[in-house]
Amino acid sequence: MIRFESVTKRYPDGTTAVDDLSLEVPRGGITVFVGPSGCGKTTSLRMINRMVEPTEGRILINDEDVADRKPARLRRSIGYVIQHAGLFPHRTVLANVMTVPTLIGWDKGRARTAAMEAIEKVGLTADQASRYPAQLSGGQQQRVGVARALASDPEVVLMDEPFSAVDPLVRTDLQNEVRRLQRELGITVVLVTHDIDEAISLGDHVAVMRQGGHLAQLASPGELLTEPADDFVASFVGKDRGYRKLGFTETQVEADPERTVSLGEDVPAGRGWVLVADEQEQPLGWVDRQGSGGPVQEEELHRMGSLAEVGDSARVFLDAALSAPSGRGVVVQDGRVVGTVTPERVLEAIRAQGGSDG
Amino acid sequence: MIGGVAWSTVGDLLLRHIYLAGVPLLLGLLISLPLGWLATRYRWLAPPMIAGTGLLYTIPSLALFILLPLLLGTRVLDDANVLVAMTLYSVALLTRTVADGLGSVPGATRQAATAMGYGELRRTFVVDLPLAVPVITAGLRVAAVSNVSIVSVAALIGVSQLGQLFTEGFNRNDMGPIFVGIGACVVLALVLDAGIALLSRVLTPWLRAGVAR
Amino acid sequence: MISLTWQWLVDPATWTGPGGIISQSITHLRISLVALLLAALVAVPVGLFIGHTGRGRWLAINLAGAFRAIPSLGVLFVATLLLLPRLSGNLAFELPVVLVLVLLAVPPVLSGTYAGVEAVDPAARDAARGVGMTEAQILWQVELPAALPLLLSGLRSAMLQIIATATIAAIVGIGGLGRYLIDGQASRQYEVMAGGAIVVALLALLVDLVMAGLQRLVVSPGLVVAKEH
Ligand SMILES: Nc1ncnc2c1ncn2[C@@H]1O[C@H](COP(=O)(O)OP(=O)(O)OP(=O)(O)O)[C@@H](O)[C@H]1O
Ligand SMILES: [Mg+2]
Repeated sequence: MIRFESVTKRYPDGTTAVDDLSLEVPRGGITVFVGPSGCGKTTSLRMINRMVEPTEGRILINDEDVADRKPARLRRSIGYVIQHAGLFPHRTVLANVMTVPTLIGWDKGRARTAAMEAIEKVGLTADQASRYPAQLSGGQQQRVGVARALASDPEVVLMDEPFSAVDPLVRTDLQNEVRRLQRELGITVVLVTHDIDEAISLGDHVAVMRQGGHLAQLASPGELLTEPADDFVASFVGKDRGYRKLGFTETQVEADPERTVSLGEDVPAGRGWVLVADEQEQPLGWVDRQGSGGPVQEEELHRMGSLAEVGDSARVFLDAALSAPSGRGVVVQDGRVVGTVTPERVLEAIRAQGGSDG
Repeated sequence: MIGGVAWSTVGDLLLRHIYLAGVPLLLGLLISLPLGWLATRYRWLAPPMIAGTGLLYTIPSLALFILLPLLLGTRVLDDANVLVAMTLYSVALLTRTVADGLGSVPGATRQAATAMGYGELRRTFVVDLPLAVPVITAGLRVAAVSNVSIVSVAALIGVSQLGQLFTEGFNRNDMGPIFVGIGACVVLALVLDAGIALLSRVLTPWLRAGVAR
Repeated sequence: MISLTWQWLVDPATWTGPGGIISQSITHLRISLVALLLAALVAVPVGLFIGHTGRGRWLAINLAGAFRAIPSLGVLFVATLLLLPRLSGNLAFELPVVLVLVLLAVPPVLSGTYAGVEAVDPAARDAARGVGMTEAQILWQVELPAALPLLLSGLRSAMLQIIATATIAAIVGIGGLGRYLIDGQASRQYEVMAGGAIVVALLALLVDLVMAGLQRLVVSPGLVVAKEH
C-alpha cells in the first residue's frame, strides 16, 4: 500500500539519512520502523507525508506518487502523531481534534461530531474534551494526539515515537489502545520507535534499519526473532531473543488435571501445595498443606502467580509455571481452572515443536 | 570643536552623564539583589514585589524629575533628584531580573549545595549568584542603555549632561550640537553595553568552556 | 505645596475646557495610540516573519539594541527642526513627535512578537505542518495565537514608554499632559507641574490596566493555564 522505491535522502549538510531504501508497507496492520538512534527512521516516516522531500526515488501510496499531490492536501489525508503530542496549547481538546476535519472543509457540526467520536474512541471523556492541553497529563495529551490523527478517518496513520515520553505503565496502556484501534478501524499504521521490545510486541511487520538509512530486515516479529537476517539484526534484537521468541510460539501445552479445594474445606497435612478455587472454579490462590492440616483459611492463601489462558503463547505458559509458588502454573479457560502445567511440561511442548521453527 | 561644540565641553558633559547614569545603575543593582533574593526566597512576595517595582516604570521621567524635589525637599537643580529617579528606574528593571536569575538556578544544583552543608546565605553567594550572572547581566545591559537615554531628559529641568546639547541646539535652531549629543549618548550606551557583556563573560568562564567543546 | 497641588487637582476648572486635563488627556492618548498603531503595523509583521522563518533574527536583535540606545529627546529635536519648516498646521508639530514615539515603540513590539513566535512549542509547529496546515494557516492559527501573550506584553511596555515620552513632546509645542509640566515650569507654578505629573502617571497606569484587561480577553485560557504549570 505504501511503497518506497529506491528512496534516498541527503540533507543539505551532506548527511545521508536514508540510502536507497526500498520496501513495501502492507495494507492494514502496524508496520514498525525500528533501529538505533539516527539511523533515518524519522526521515523515512516524514517522507511519506512530504514533511521531508526525498533526494532520489519515489514513494507511492496506493500506486500514486506522493510527489504528485499538494503537500498540505496529502497531509490532511494522513494521520500524524508525534512524540510530545504537539497539541495546540491555545485550543481546547475538542478544537485540537477538530483541526483536520475543519481543514478539509467539513461543516462545524460534522467536524464536531467526528471529533467527539474520536475523543471517545481513544478513551477520553466528554468532560475532558472541553479542557485545554495543559490541564491534561502527558498520557492523556498523547491520547488527544491520537484522536486528532483519527478524527477525519484517514486510511494511513504515521506515528513517530508516540509513546516514548510517557511512563512505562501509561505506555503499555497506550500501546494496547493503538493496537485495538488499528484492529477496530482497519487502518494502516506506520510507527517509528527505537525500542525493539515495543516493535516486537506491537508490530505486525517490523522493518529493522541500521545506521545510514539501510533496511536490514523486514519481517514479522516471530521471524525476526527466529531468523535474524544478519549479525546486526541478531544483536539488535537482543540476547534473550530465544526467550522472547516464545511469545510468538503458539504451543499446544497439555494441562495436567488439578483437583481444587474450596475455602473452609478440611485438607489433611502431607498434601503439599493445594489450589483453592471458588464455587465457579475461579482460582483464588495456593495453600501449603505439607507440614500441618486443617480447614483452609482465607488468610493463609499464597498469591497465585500469573495465569495462562488456553491458546496463549509458550512464553505465557512458562511464566505461569515459573511464577507459581507450587511450581505448577494455573491454566484457565474463560476464568475457570482447567488444570496446571509444570515448567518441564512447557519445555517438552516447546521441544516437540522445536523442529519446525529452528 | 565638533559640531560647534568644544571638545572639552563634550568631555565634561559626558563625564556628568556617566555619573548620573552609572551611579544609579550600581545603586539599583545593590538594592535589587536583596529584593530579588527575597522574591525568590519567599514565593508569595514575588508577584506584589515585581508588580510594585514595575509600577515605578509607569511614572514618566520628566514627571519624576519634577516631583522628587517636592517629596525629598531637595532643590530643583540638585543632582540628587536625578540620581534618585534613575535609581528607582534601575530597581524597577533589575528586581525582576535578579529574581528571574536566581530562579533560573537548577533545583538539583541548589539541593546538592545544601546537602553538602552550605548555609542558606553562603550558598546564595557562592552558588546561586554566580550561576545567575548571565541573566542578571542581561538585565543590567538593558538598564544601562535605557538609563543613558532617560538621563538626557533631565536637561529639560536644567540638570547638565549630554542632554544639554539637545536643548541648546534646539533653542539655537542648530542641529550640530544635537547630533554631537546623540552620537555621544549612543556611543556611551554601546560602550556600557559591551562593557557589561564583557564583564559577564569574565565572570562566567564555565559557559565558554561549554561552547568550546 | 501638597495642599496646593491637591487644590489644583480638585478644581473643576483644571479638568474642563480647551486646556483642561480631560482634553489634554485625549490629545495625549490620541498621539500615543497613533504611534502605537504605526509601530505595531511595522513591527508585528516583521516580528512574525522573523519568528516564523528564523531569518533576520540577528539583525533584529542588534537593530533593536541600537534603537534603544538612541535618546528620544535628541531625535525629537532633530525631527522637529527638520520637519517644522517643511510642513504646516498641526501635522508639522505632531508628525515629529509621532515619529519619535514610533521609533521608541518598535523595539519592544518587534522583540515581543518574534520572541512569542519563537517560544511556540516546536512540536506544535511540527504537528500543525504534519496535519496539513499551509504556512499561512500555521502562522495565523497556531503561531500568532500562541505568541499573543508575549506580543501583547511587548505592546504594553511599548505603550508605557510612549505615554511617558509623549510628555516630553510638549517641549516642542504640542498638546498633551506634558503641557502642565513644561508650562508649569515656565511660570514657576509647581502645583501645576506636580499635578500634571500625577495625572500622567495615573493615565499610564489606567491604560496599562485596560491593556491588561484586553490581554486577558484575547489570550486563550489554555495558554494561561499552561504558564501556571
Ligand atoms: N534537518 C536535518 N539536517 C541535517 N541532518 C539531519 C536532519 N534531520 C536529520 N538529520 C540527520 O539524518 C540522520 C537520520 O536522522 P533521523 O531523524 O531520521 O534519525 P532517527 O532514526 O529518527 O533517530 P532518532 O531515533 O534519534 O529519532 C541523522 O544522522 C541526523 O543527524
Ligand atoms: Mg526520530
